[in-house]
Amino acid sequence: MPSKDSKNNFALLRDKILQKSGKDYWRSVEEFADAPEFEEFVKHEYPQHAEEWEDGLSRRNFIKVMGASLALAGLSGCVIQPAEKIVPYVSQPEEIVPGKPLYYATAMTLGGMATGLLAKSNEGRPTKIEGNPDHPQSLGATDILAQASLLDMYDPDRSQEILKRGNASTWQNFMMEIRARIDENRVDGGAGVRFLTETVTSPTMIAQMRQILTELPNARWYQYEPINKDNEIAGAKMAFGSPAKAIYRFDQATRILSLDKDIFSDFNVRYTKDYNQSRRYSEDKKDISRLYAIETTMSLTGAKADHRLAVKPSQMPEIAKAIAAALGVAGATSTYTENAQWIQAMARDLQANRGRSIVVAGDHQPPMVHALAGAMNQTLGSVGATVTYIEPLQPFPDVLQIDQLRTLVQEIDNGSVKMLVIIGGNPAYNTPADLRLDMNRFKVDAEDREGRKVPLRVHLGLYQNETAEICHWHIPEKHYLESWGDARAYDGTVSIIQPIIQPLYDGKSANELAQLFFRENYDKKDYDIVKEHWQRQGFAGAPRALATSAATNNQTQTNNQSQQTTNQVQLNNEQPRTPSATQNQGPATTVATPMTTSPTNRAANPAGGDLNPAAGAFEDNWRKVVHNGFVPNSAAPAKTVSASGAFMNQPTTPASGVLEISIRPDPSVYDGRFANNGWLQELPNPLTKITWDNVALVSPNTAKRLELNQDVKDEQYSGGSLGTTFVNTKGGNLFSDLVTLQMNGAEVGKPVPMWIAPGQPDDVITIYLGYGRTRAGRIGTDLGYNAYNVQRSDAMWNGVGEIAKTGANTAIASTQIHFNLESPARADDILRVYDLEYFNQHPDTGHQHDHYPDSMYPRYEYTGNKWGMTVDLNSCVGCNACVIACQSENNIPVVGKEQVERSREMHWMRIDTYYSGEVNDPDGPHFQPMLCQQCELAPCETVCPVHATVHSAEGLNDMVYNRCIGTRYCSNNCPYKVRRFNFLLYQDWNTPQYKLMRNPEVTVRSRGVMEKCTYCTQRIAYARIEAEKDDRPIRDGEILTACQSVCPADAIVFGDLNDGNSRVAQLKKDPRNYNVLNLLNTQPRTTYLANLRNQNKEMPDYKVPQVKDSGHPTEENKAGDGGH
Amino acid sequence: MQNAEELKAIQRRLQPPMVEGEHTFGTVSDKIGDLALKKKTPFHWFIGFGIAFLIAQLLLFTVVYLVVTGVGIWGNNQPIGWAFDIINFVWWIGIGHAGTLISAILLLLNQKWRTSINRFAEAMTLFAVACAGLFPLLHTGRPWLAYWMFPYPNTMGMWPQFRSPLMWDVFAVSTYATVSLLFWYVGLIPDLATLRDRAKNKYFKVIYGLLAMGWRGSARHWHRYEIAYLLLAGISTPLVLSVHSIVSFDFSVAQLPGWHATIFPPYFVAGAIFAGFAMVLILCIPLRKWYGMEDFITHTHLVYMGKVMLATGLIVVYGYAMEAFFGWYSANEYEYFMIKNRIWAGPYWWFYWLLILCNGISIQFLWFKRFRESTFWLFVISIVVSIGMWLERFVIIVTSLHRDFLPSSWAMYSPTIFDLSMFIGTLGFFFTLIYLFVRFLPIISIFEVRTLLPDAQVAHGHHGAHDDVHDRPNDFTDGVNRAPSREDADLETPTDDRGK
Repeated sequence: MPSKDSKNNFALLRDKILQKSGKDYWRSVEEFADAPEFEEFVKHEYPQHAEEWEDGLSRRNFIKVMGASLALAGLSGCVIQPAEKIVPYVSQPEEIVPGKPLYYATAMTLGGMATGLLAKSNEGRPTKIEGNPDHPQSLGATDILAQASLLDMYDPDRSQEILKRGNASTWQNFMMEIRARIDENRVDGGAGVRFLTETVTSPTMIAQMRQILTELPNARWYQYEPINKDNEIAGAKMAFGSPAKAIYRFDQATRILSLDKDIFSDFNVRYTKDYNQSRRYSEDKKDISRLYAIETTMSLTGAKADHRLAVKPSQMPEIAKAIAAALGVAGATSTYTENAQWIQAMARDLQANRGRSIVVAGDHQPPMVHALAGAMNQTLGSVGATVTYIEPLQPFPDVLQIDQLRTLVQEIDNGSVKMLVIIGGNPAYNTPADLRLDMNRFKVDAEDREGRKVPLRVHLGLYQNETAEICHWHIPEKHYLESWGDARAYDGTVSIIQPIIQPLYDGKSANELAQLFFRENYDKKDYDIVKEHWQRQGFAGAPRALATSAATNNQTQTNNQSQQTTNQVQLNNEQPRTPSATQNQGPATTVATPMTTSPTNRAANPAGGDLNPAAGAFEDNWRKVVHNGFVPNSAAPAKTVSASGAFMNQPTTPASGVLEISIRPDPSVYDGRFANNGWLQELPNPLTKITWDNVALVSPNTAKRLELNQDVKDEQYSGGSLGTTFVNTKGGNLFSDLVTLQMNGAEVGKPVPMWIAPGQPDDVITIYLGYGRTRAGRIGTDLGYNAYNVQRSDAMWNGVGEIAKTGANTAIASTQIHFNLESPARADDILRVYDLEYFNQHPDTGHQHDHYPDSMYPRYEYTGNKWGMTVDLNSCVGCNACVIACQSENNIPVVGKEQVERSREMHWMRIDTYYSGEVNDPDGPHFQPMLCQQCELAPCETVCPVHATVHSAEGLNDMVYNRCIGTRYCSNNCPYKVRRFNFLLYQDWNTPQYKLMRNPEVTVRSRGVMEKCTYCTQRIAYARIEAEKDDRPIRDGEILTACQSVCPADAIVFGDLNDGNSRVAQLKKDPRNYNVLNLLNTQPRTTYLANLRNQNKEMPDYKVPQVKDSGHPTEENKAGDGGH
Repeated sequence: MQNAEELKAIQRRLQPPMVEGEHTFGTVSDKIGDLALKKKTPFHWFIGFGIAFLIAQLLLFTVVYLVVTGVGIWGNNQPIGWAFDIINFVWWIGIGHAGTLISAILLLLNQKWRTSINRFAEAMTLFAVACAGLFPLLHTGRPWLAYWMFPYPNTMGMWPQFRSPLMWDVFAVSTYATVSLLFWYVGLIPDLATLRDRAKNKYFKVIYGLLAMGWRGSARHWHRYEIAYLLLAGISTPLVLSVHSIVSFDFSVAQLPGWHATIFPPYFVAGAIFAGFAMVLILCIPLRKWYGMEDFITHTHLVYMGKVMLATGLIVVYGYAMEAFFGWYSANEYEYFMIKNRIWAGPYWWFYWLLILCNGISIQFLWFKRFRESTFWLFVISIVVSIGMWLERFVIIVTSLHRDFLPSSWAMYSPTIFDLSMFIGTLGFFFTLIYLFVRFLPIISIFEVRTLLPDAQVAHGHHGAHDDVHDRPNDFTDGVNRAPSREDADLETPTDDRGK
């Protein structure tokens, strides 16, 4: 009997829901579905949907409709106030000042590597990710994936409920069933139990798994993820006889040779940081490092390389041998005879820099190349100097991940697996076609729709993805910003993962799921699990050994360890009171420890430092570690290795075929796990500038031969000498031929769009992983093709293939046409690249006159701050991190593929990419981050009819959104085209999760309004307020713009131009400093430091620098209208 | 007698009569006034009006959808912030120029041939300005706030930005619209009085009566009228030059190559007159045929308009030549690139050549009498010129924007269905208004045409029967107030449609 009140009293209903233990309301919507109160409420609240509700079938609709009220009621108490009398926040919790963000140290892992982060929290909501300046893998910088992970956390498509065979269930039910099944399996020592995880370096998780394997000695734990270190480890085994992981010190290196390794788009931004240490040019340091790249597909490393060689993937091992031979590595001989001069000259250069050079091999290169790189480093005397080795961080490094997967698949195929627990990852999608863990693998026969071969399959994941679909149970995983955990950084440093917010969707962490398989103490919170692990383990000493002992994890050692673990279990029983008491006091956020300082004034609070070794100091140390985000001095010790030349006799097996295919992870969505992330989908590929799609790259020559994308109309090649298009046009006008693509006999299964890419070697086609998802979510599903379909466990990264034109074509959304800045005058105005040697001899090469014709208006005197920025093009590696950081900081919307095709992307900051030279042998591309130049004489300001864009007293070109009526005149008159217009209502105003995510300090723009970069004016305001409170001027470096703070290359410097000692003021004196489009006299505040090419004169591809007639090249021509 | 006839023929050649046929004051009133007053509306009016009205609904629909959804329904993008919206705005404003030019400047220059075309040319101006005015309003992202462009006292203490040409546009266009409306309305008053007096229908009597504002045709009325009309003509004259100059500032004040050109103001004004006359021809050629107005809009009128088109067209072509010359002669990298890109190297090169074909080549035929004097060819050339002038704005706006300084932001533009529906919708709106005008108001100025009649000449030139009796204005007063000279007309010249 529905109570009368329920018609209009939402509170009653809510109470009833909330009676169900805390935040269970969300998954228990189902349980309430039949409650009469509920039905009544729905009818009353949403009469038009009442029918749908009664229909029973449209559960989804119901959830959608109810989402607004229910989700918010629990998502954050502050959005809807309860009906009861509420009590204001009289005594404020320590550290929380409303309106003032806190920063919490945490870490994000990818491929087992943890990058230390600082998550900005506004009233308990993470709103921005920054790098942890003290963490060795971050040093304050982050990459696109870490930046975009924030959006992932708030993704409304994330898995929100525990599913049993597709129907909602509860954690209690799951626990009961799994406990029962585990107990059944204890009889034979868990012989049918298999765990599959991604690469795990978490000490806690490893310890947990070790305990499980102790209790279930016949169970097995496998790890697989598509982007792994198999080749590196196999290569190390080849060369050194034991697995090892190389740590490079690019900051110490003067010569670097990359064998298809993209050191700049690795999740590890530390390498980009380091590289730029040695690459940075200044008046005091005119000698910069030199980068050689030999690669297949143009990468960021190839783009930045001073000398680049594009080769077929099959040639790589022999080329590596040829280089080894040239370097004098014992026993190296090669059949490769091309480019001999190139190789010889480069080898001489490397040898001349003995002990200061690095040879680095790409993850996709066969073990042979890695082994050769190791041998070369040893020959060059780099080992110990610029290259060190450590034990691999993942457990069982002896067995390659692909072999682990193979073993698992064999066991499944022969029916010996009874229970498969997939913790993270998406093996139903991202495994090679021959080892795919899809439904067919589990079928006993054709009629078997259940997949009876493995009677129980459990999946823990962030999304109800392809793997969730084939599992009996699906458990929503907590995002790293919601969970406790730990992991190791690239050098082994232990990083602590700390939650910033209560789980939005009530998930479980991997630690919590693993704990469930324990014999005892199986129901534990991740906080207790992690903390107790470290309490047992201690922070000192032990961590280093952990990886090693885990590496040999197997039954052979179980005897020793079982003794140990039993002790630990007992310890567990005695000790858990204190932490769990803390835990019960409140949500996870209150026990989380904020970084008390913002990243901007981190100097005031030097983190790190040694921990207190005293026995009773754990709580103190724990607090310190959580606060800092990592355990100090926990980097893995160097491992001594020595290369033997024996492996060089092993044959390389070059693929033979006319057309070679190379597979790469997507630069934005990685292996596909980020496919539902709108920021990443819309992020232009750093080189092709393609969004929302994966394409297949082909060289201009091969495209011509195969008649791909050749039917572009003449006009699309236009631009004449001032801009020859490599790839025809932009936006909705851009069509790519669709082909069917085969590799090693397997079909991709979906037509593949072709894309002509300068720098691609002839007869090689590169395809990208990460797309073709069938259950990614509303953003990522059905975009692009699935390249895993042609990946085979014996040919993971390249093979031979063929393509056939389908005759159809498709529109590709690219944000930039690839242009050749052939005209020297134009290039000089826009993007400057100097030969280092020439520039050192002629430092006044690019001098710009800055005495401008007098204006009738008096000059404004800037008495206070005068903000300015420099962008060092020599440092910028085009990694896009700033683009996403800007998007995250400034609440920039995602517009979708169709709008990008229409050329309406909203990014305030973009990386312009220009090639020079011939189409088939391009120089570059050169990257140029382009953002609002904050012109002193801004063309946009004078044309706005309503004063919506005006100059501030600190020299910023302010945009007043409230005042803007959207004439777009300012954009038309902006020579840099950095203004962005809300042509439609791009911002999502409805999804409650996104409301939580937004930066409260930045306006959320609506439709019809122009927007643009503001130099992060909110950060300036914040610093100004802080400075005024302390009655001091704003310190140099106190304000970091979002793009600056994220930049792993430290290319962007922002500061006060009135302060002569500020870094930016100093950099403006650099002879490389120039204004883009100086001839327009806009007097931009953002200036650029010219890119440098440190060419080796002996190289056959040495390009003689264009000698200019005078110290002021083309200045006379440009300023034809006066000014001199 | 023969000599007299020869003399007449020579005189006719030297000073062609502006009214053909045998007309008296009465027949003129009948002929023109009956269009509005006669009960029977021709069937073709209903067809034409129906089609125009339906097309106008397209505008209504598009505008509603636009305001609800946003300007993103158009093809405009980054960097092409302006496209069809501003093209159409400039195009319509340009068309709106001929009316005031004919009314005001030709009046001041005492060009009699303006008399029979000024009325609907002015109406055309008003309607074109109405269409034009829609675009700057609706092209804004938030049209409901577009009133911020007006300088009005407000609590925010905010003024518009007086340095912005868009601001000047607001003044120029709104002033132009106001003055044109006044000018047109003032000129209509004596005719409205005529209609009032002749109307049989009670409602028409009242409505025309209200609109005529108590015009009795007294000498004082005429006196005031003449002064007011002359003053308005004087005010309008600089506006003809200023409006399009200011519209051209929208472009020439910007720094964009292809926009930033000193030649724009005169070249835009000439282009506007060019386009305006083309539109007047497009309208009056069918009108005079369908409504039998050949007597008033004579062949001579058409030829004169053709000549004006040729003259202004040549100025425009000179403008094109100078733009190209400047691009080359400036030795400015970006200017030169713009011209190159516009003329042959860019993807929109064929727009440029289509424009040259329409505006440059087509008018050359007007040098030849054969074409100039052919109604058909004049009509065709006018349509071609109208298209050409639209293309001119496309070339200026889109091709300049789509490739500016930084190649990274270059893009292509293509219109969406809503760009087209908006444009076609304004055409529908325009013709709807024209049809209503034709139906309810005298399309030709009755009283002014009568000044062209021999009867009116008598007073000045010859000593005839009436000369000492009537001053010219009084003559009309007479005609108006006594106007339904129907009886006389019936006797003197039965008009062809009288019997129907």
